[in-house]
Parts: sequence; C-alpha cells; structure tokens
Amino acid sequence: MEGLKDIILQYVTKEYLEDDSEPLNFDTPLISGGIVDSFSMVSLKRFLENRYNIQIPDDKATPEAFDSVNKIAVLVEEFVGKKG
Amino acid sequence: MSHIGSYEDRIRDFSWSIAEKELGFKPGDVINIGWYATDRICRQGKASKIALIHEGFSGVERRYTYNDIRLASNTIGTFLRGLGLKNEDRVCLFMDRIPELYLGFLGILKIGAIAQPLFSAFGDESLLVRLSNAETSAVLTQKKHIFKVRKILDKLPHLKHIIIVDHDGKAPLKEREVAFSLEASNPVEDLECFPAKAESPSVLHYTSGTTGMPKGVQHVHYSLISQYLTAKWVLDLQENDIYWCTADPGWVTGTSYGIIAPFSLGVTQCVLDAGFSTEAWYRFIEKNRISMWYSAPTAIRSLMKGGDEIVKKFDLSSLRHLASVGEPLNSEAVVWSERVFGRPFLDTYWQTETGCIVISNYPGMEVRPGSMGKPFPGITGTILDPSRSEPYPAPGKIGLVGLKFDWPSRMRTYWRNEEAFQKKFRNNWYITGDRARMDKDGYYWFAGRDDDIINTAGHLVSPFEVESALLEHPAVAESAVVSKPDPLNLEVVKAYVTLKPGFAASKDLDLEIMNFIRKKLSPLAMPQEIEFVDSLPKTRSGKIMRRILHAKEWGEEIGDTSTLENE
Repeated sequence: MEGLKDIILQYVTKEYLEDDSEPLNFDTPLISGGIVDSFSMVSLKRFLENRYNIQIPDDKATPEAFDSVNKIAVLVEEFVGKKG
Repeated sequence: MSHIGSYEDRIRDFSWSIAEKELGFKPGDVINIGWYATDRICRQGKASKIALIHEGFSGVERRYTYNDIRLASNTIGTFLRGLGLKNEDRVCLFMDRIPELYLGFLGILKIGAIAQPLFSAFGDESLLVRLSNAETSAVLTQKKHIFKVRKILDKLPHLKHIIIVDHDGKAPLKEREVAFSLEASNPVEDLECFPAKAESPSVLHYTSGTTGMPKGVQHVHYSLISQYLTAKWVLDLQENDIYWCTADPGWVTGTSYGIIAPFSLGVTQCVLDAGFSTEAWYRFIEKNRISMWYSAPTAIRSLMKGGDEIVKKFDLSSLRHLASVGEPLNSEAVVWSERVFGRPFLDTYWQTETGCIVISNYPGMEVRPGSMGKPFPGITGTILDPSRSEPYPAPGKIGLVGLKFDWPSRMRTYWRNEEAFQKKFRNNWYITGDRARMDKDGYYWFAGRDDDIINTAGHLVSPFEVESALLEHPAVAESAVVSKPDPLNLEVVKAYVTLKPGFAASKDLDLEIMNFIRKKLSPLAMPQEIEFVDSLPKTRSGKIMRRILHAKEWGEEIGDTSTLENE
C-alpha cells in the first residue's frame, strides 16, 4: 500500500516521540524500545483502525506485532486485504 | 529452608526488634536508608559483590558492585549538596529506569533530602500538580523528558535546579538547568551522610484520591525496618539470589522492593529498562539466572496470553520463588504459573500508604489460589462492618479491610494535608479503601474497591483527575470517568463525555481526546474508551452520579435512583 509505512512513521513521530529524540526508522523498536508503552498502544491501534477503516482484533494487537513500523504495516495490510 | 520458616511460629514470637537487631539498629540511633543500602553492605565485606545488573533499551548491560553504588550515591549526594540542597528539601526523580534513577534515589537519601520519584510517562499536568504540591526544590531528569519540565517552569517558583543527567552539550542549557554526568564525575569516596533519625522524612510518593488532587504519601527512614523484614520473609531474598522486581520506581513497589529492601539485604538485583515483550522477559530471566521474581498480575496475564509453548524455548530453571503485587492475582494465574514455571506466584497485598507488604501468602504456607493471604506477623488486620466500622464478629462477610496502623513503614501523613490523613481512620482502624472477606482460617479474599478509584494494571488512577483534565479539551462540556472491566489490566479508564455546541462526535475526536489525556496526564490515565452522550446522570443538586455509569459498565444493579435529576 503506497505510503503506508510513511504515514505510520509520521504519526508515531508526531504523537509518541519526545523532543530532541533520535529520528525513527521503519525498524526502530517501538514497544521493546520504550517509545510506545502498552497503554499508548491502544491509541495507536485506534489511529490505524480509523485511518484504514479496519478492525484489528485484540489478540492480534500484541506488543510483538506493534514493535516496529514495518511490523505494524504487515498487520495493517493483512486486514486491509481482508476488507477488500 | 525459607527465611520465614513457620508462619504460625513467627506470629507467636514476633517483634520488629528482630529486624532492628539484624540491621544493628537500636532505638535512638541514626538510621539513614542510603547508608544502610550501600556503606553497610560494603562494611560487611561485600564491596565487590554485584548489586545491580542493568540492561537498557539497546540491550547494553552495565554492572555495579556494592562499592560502585556506594561511590555513585556519594557522588550524586555531593553534587546535590554542592547546589545547596539540604535535608528535607524535596528532590524529584523524573527518569526512565536508568541507573541514575536508582543511584540518585540513594544519593538523595544520603544527604537527608526527601526523594520524590515520579513516573517518567507522566504528562506535564501530572508533573505540575505533584511538583507544585511538594514545593520541590530540584528535579533530576533526562534530556528526553526536559521539555515537559520546561513547559511548566513558570508555574514552579520553588523549583531551583533542573539536573540533566545525560546532557550531551548539543543543545544549550536553559534557565535553572544544570548538567551532571555520573560517568564523568570523580567518584566521591567519603560523604558524610545526614544523621537521619527514625522519624526523619525519606520518600514522598504521590497517590490518587477519589476527590481532590493527588496526595503526597510521606514516609520516614525507619520504614527500612519493615521493608527489610518483609522482603526477607515474604520475598525470601537469600544471599545468593538474583532478584528481579519488574516495578518502576515511579511507584512505591519500585522503591520499597526495587531499591531499599534488596540493597539493604545485600542481594544482587536486575533491572530491565525496556518495554514489555514475552520473549524479552523470558530471555532476561534465562540470561541472568534470576531466582526470585516479583511482578504484577497484568504482566503475568500478558505472559499467559503468550502461551505455554514459548516458555519451553527458554531455560527458566533458575526460578525458585515468585510473587506478585499491584492488583488481585486471579486464581488462573496462580495455577498457570505453577504449571509452566513449577511454582505459583504468591500474591502480596499492600499500598503506597502502608510502605510495605501487609497481607500476603508466604513460602511454606498453603496457597489458596485467588486469596490475598494473611497479615504479616506484627500487623493486625480485620474486616470491618462498614455500617459500624467495627470488626465483624465472625468470618465470611465482605467488609472493609482495616489495619492497626502501627508498623514501621506506615505513612506518617499526607504531605501538608493532615486532614486527609485523619480521614483514613475510623475507630482507630486505618481504612485501606479495599473490600474483602476473611475465611474461617484467616485468609483474606479481595472483593473490590470501596471508592471510585480505578486500578489499572496495578496503578491507581483518580477519576477526578481525568475528569478535570478532560474539561480542558475545547470540545468537552462535561465528563464522568469510571472503570471498565478488562481481561488484561483488571480495569481500564472509560470516559462518558458530553460535547460543547458546535462539536460533533466522531472517531477522530475520540482519538484526539485520548491522546490529549495521554500527553497531559499519562498513558495509564488515557481513556481506552470514550462514549459520547447527550447528558450525564445527575442528582437534582447537579452532582454527576458516577455510580450509575459504573454499574452499567460492570453489569451491576443500579440501586437507588430516587435522587436522579430526571426521575
């Protein structure tokens, strides 16, 4: 999906990254790296669901599946694909 | 053989002087926790023993001996003194779980100042309320969190020093800021510790209240006595243990049992400063050969969710004793841990106000899965009839958990709020705010909170604080915040919101409000669900009736609605 990773990266940078932090890349560990905690993951999931008009089941929204922009993109693509 | 041996024998022969003697303390002596946790252990010949194994986000490991933590806490204490900080000044620690958090805590106590740890995920509003109430003189922080402090600086006239422990010189320091690097500082061999007495203030933790703003729970150096003994008898910390307390020192477990108790017992402890992942946690246990593991029900349930198969990929045979804290531990988690780790997680119960474990399951005592256990020796507990505030004459009924408030680590007051402190007592019983029943054998069984406080993943969130913050969002007219059941976190925050004219409910507004609270207060306080409604249930005098919304979320009877505005 065009721009998917860029959109996620931009959102995470805007919402979760603090000033003066090192810039993120698609592989930066988000959960295990302490950038997004398990509670904040809920708002990130909500963003993805709103933006792509999908529903990610709770059992798929694991810390491992949300641990990088690349992994999130794989998850989103799975559900966007199902929708179509 | 466990340290406690027979629970019944300990109850019979108990005196807190057991801990005093072991620590070489006599009434009237000086008792500085910072010294007990470092210098005293070195004097016992354990200077080269590993005190702290720290693994950061990047997987980088750092090891500190007891002599290292003695020197580091001396160095930080000396630096703080050099800034003019002195005994009873409040010094806040606003950091991730980096080594400076643990070492700074000890350095602050060594100079007699009051350590005020705050969770690093707090937003600027949460930070402001707590720093302002405590009239904090200095904050130790990291450059990644400095922007939150800068944002509220104008409202904090008492805050004189902002100490950045990882300043790299790339950006200029601003007003009241000073850089400090532990690694670049010359280690200070000798620091004259403040001669703290038993009742000298030590730690100030903030806790949420049902009404009003968070309250500062004030502890004293004498708390060491019961923190030491409970860690020894409940967590059963032994000389050769490798101990892992997963709590963040922004909360009381992380200081009482993540700093004070393990170091004063001279054990080796591990810290993992990384987000949760099942694999990472098991790998950490395997790598460090952790033997005693103190964690929380939400984490345990998250591990359960990861399944049994992943456990088999790791060698976890080093684990010999497991305990849990923060919220009621469900019986399924106890049974599961026994199956996969070969030993059950033992539930422990206590609060910020109690300073130490007060009701618990013990090594060697029969475990009744789902039970809170029994009061620690020397601590008198009861179940009070709420209508009379007197103990029930017989076991079996649900009532209020009450405690005789007389053990060493009990809070001494709420910071400059003696009135709120006094309200915690009825008929000379300290009222915990929790409801439970006692079975015929004296085991306590948790039944719920007696107030509106939300316990999410073991952290207490005040509905009042979230409602106040919601009102600052331009779209929100009114709000009511309640708990909602959650399989992983026990409870999560739910907000009912009415909107101002000109605003319409939408998915985007829902997300915007969530993020607004997350940044302003903390991720824990962020409503995980927002329901937009036309009006909120109110009494005829206009007071929002949270209990009606709470009952709706929990599928309970709504009860008396005779005072409801629209009835």
